Amino acid sequence: MANIGLYIELKKGGFKKANRELLTLAAKSGHKVHAVVFCADPQPYMDELRGVQVVVQVQGADLSYQPDRYAATLAAVIEEFKLDAFLGAFSAQGKDLFPRLAAKAKAGLISDCLAVDLEKRQAIKPVYSGKLLAEYRVEGQRALFTVRPNVIPVEAVVAGSAPELKSMALDMTEPRTRIVEVIQSASQRVDLTEAEIIVSGGRAMKARENFVILEDLAKVLNAGVGASRAAVDAGFASSDMQVGQTGKVVNPKLYIACGISGAIQHFVGMKTSKVIVAINKDPEAPIFKKADYGIVGDLFTVVPLLKEEIKKALG
Amino acid sequence: MNIYVCIKQVPDTEATILVKDGKSINEANVKWIISPYDEYAIEEALKLKEKLSGSKVTAVCLGPERAQNALRTALAMGADSAVHVDCAVVLDSANTAKALAHVIRADKDFGVVFLGRQAIDDDASQLHILLAEELSIPVATNVLAFAFDGQKVRVEREIDEGAREVIEMAVPCAVAAAKGLNTPRYASMMGIMKAKKIEIRKVTLAETGVGEAANLVSLLKLSSPAEKPQGRVIPGEPAAAVHELVKLLRDEAKVL
Ligand SMILES: Cc1cc2nc3c(=O)[nH]c(=O)nc-3n(C[C@H](O)[C@H](O)[C@H](O)COP(=O)(O)OP(=O)(O)OC[C@H]3O[C@@H](n4cnc5c(N)ncnc54)[C@H](O)[C@@H]3O)c2cc1C
Ligand SMILES: Nc1ncnc2c1ncn2[C@@H]1O[C@H](COP(=O)(O)O)[C@@H](O)[C@H]1O
Repeated sequence: MANIGLYIELKKGGFKKANRELLTLAAKSGHKVHAVVFCADPQPYMDELRGVQVVVQVQGADLSYQPDRYAATLAAVIEEFKLDAFLGAFSAQGKDLFPRLAAKAKAGLISDCLAVDLEKRQAIKPVYSGKLLAEYRVEGQRALFTVRPNVIPVEAVVAGSAPELKSMALDMTEPRTRIVEVIQSASQRVDLTEAEIIVSGGRAMKARENFVILEDLAKVLNAGVGASRAAVDAGFASSDMQVGQTGKVVNPKLYIACGISGAIQHFVGMKTSKVIVAINKDPEAPIFKKADYGIVGDLFTVVPLLKEEIKKALG
Repeated sequence: MNIYVCIKQVPDTEATILVKDGKSINEANVKWIISPYDEYAIEEALKLKEKLSGSKVTAVCLGPERAQNALRTALAMGADSAVHVDCAVVLDSANTAKALAHVIRADKDFGVVFLGRQAIDDDASQLHILLAEELSIPVATNVLAFAFDGQKVRVEREIDEGAREVIEMAVPCAVAAAKGLNTPRYASMMGIMKAKKIEIRKVTLAETGVGEAANLVSLLKLSSPAEKPQGRVIPGEPAAAVHELVKLLRDEAKVL
């Protein structure tokens, strides 16, 4: 039996949804699963982690995220527990942490996986912005994978006996790369890469103020708000809202594109959405070829109506 | 300071990508460009050079013969010199990092190394960090703001929605650009003329010490994803269409 390790990412102490996807994937493999969590007290997370065999608690005086320290610690965890495969989410932190770990553990890393075969140490990931799928295999002793959020349907964990609790000390080597400050955003926005529902606006929004109608719809749906590059470049939306090839790749269950033409560079950023809705006044807009449902009409009329209708439906 | 920028040549973002022989792409009719994030890297390198007198920018690209065109473009934008690591075989990220590190390490005065946050062909998002680890220098990726005060580099990088990490690093260091860092310049006519006269230095893979090194990650297969069947446009007046849409989202698609 192989030893599998999972990096459990906490966000301001909260348990991220992506962790549950990793737990589901690992539990299905039937191997011995080690969940690694950096925290002073693992108790609040033990219920979420009850399906794993070992919880490795990383302890230290200052556990705030410092990539070099985290990577060095995880490399030590991989050694100590002889982990054959180690997985994390392809989140902002996963993208920063796992390549560092790959270098320190001298292990191959497949990033942004859609499916992972732990037996064969293989994974499928999108390449060419999702225009193709690639199957890769990790050679060598240890394999690292980061998994795209929202890909694996979360299943309830079957709890066996209580996990064994082990601890590791945080690596205290002086980090080369030092985070000196984290600037939180003023508004509490939904993280697009993990959002279940996204409402996006394009050039047709015409002005920054008009995004309010999308935000109102998003509020009703508890959705994130995205934008096309044209909307970002015109200054209607901030660059962290851009969806597409040079923006974010998103993977929600519902994506509502409002006044977006559907250029290939936008489409590759949202094509894996389970359901795509397009609202566009031009019946010839390419987005209609890619959407599951479309409404031909003026978004300034349709979006407010949609908000009211959804409000009614959700009661 | 000797500033470096690592660029990758990739198919144009509009290109239709088709699989050939299960493991490579059909390159016929593909137009090649510098990976978009690497353009931000070039721009930031040029801006830094303009601030630091006596500094120069070297662009480095690992790839087959055609990669020279990407380097030619970087020279036309304003880079002073270019190195082409000639490589026609498939290298994984770790070996690519080793080969590029070899070129940069040979320069005792290398300062900031700029890269893109991700190459839009393999979408691996890891080479920048692997390269920095290979060179034992600090690195920040997904960078939206860059400053150098003569001593240390200070960057801001985007993390989760709207939040930013502020990172300080000693020089030498590596910085991987995100969109929003700057607006890349176009090559001027004069730049293009000047670039034609610069000789691109060629380095073989054997010279970098990577040679036939085994890959840690190997590509088994490329395939085209299944296309979605075309959806439908809901007819009717806005109010009726919206009513129908919500019904479909709830009862048919089951996403509400
Ligand atoms: C290297 C490169 C990278 C790129 N990366 C990205 C990327 O990451 N993300 C991205 O989005 N784009 C990207 N692009 C740009 C992309 O090619 C398109 O230009 C862009 O997506 C167009 O945005 P849009 O659909 O909002 O605007 P447009 O193409 O101008 O479309 C606006 C649409 O709104 C409709 N419309 C107008 N008024 C109304 C109304 N009142 N009600 C309803 N509909 C209306 C119009 O019919 C039209 O279809 C990239 C391009 C390049 C070259
Ligand atoms: N073959 C290459 N030659 C030069 N730079 C590269 C090469 N491949 C990747 N890079 C750099 O590394 C960054 C990240 O690439 P990747 O890890 O492949 O997504 C790119 O944006 C480039 O700056």
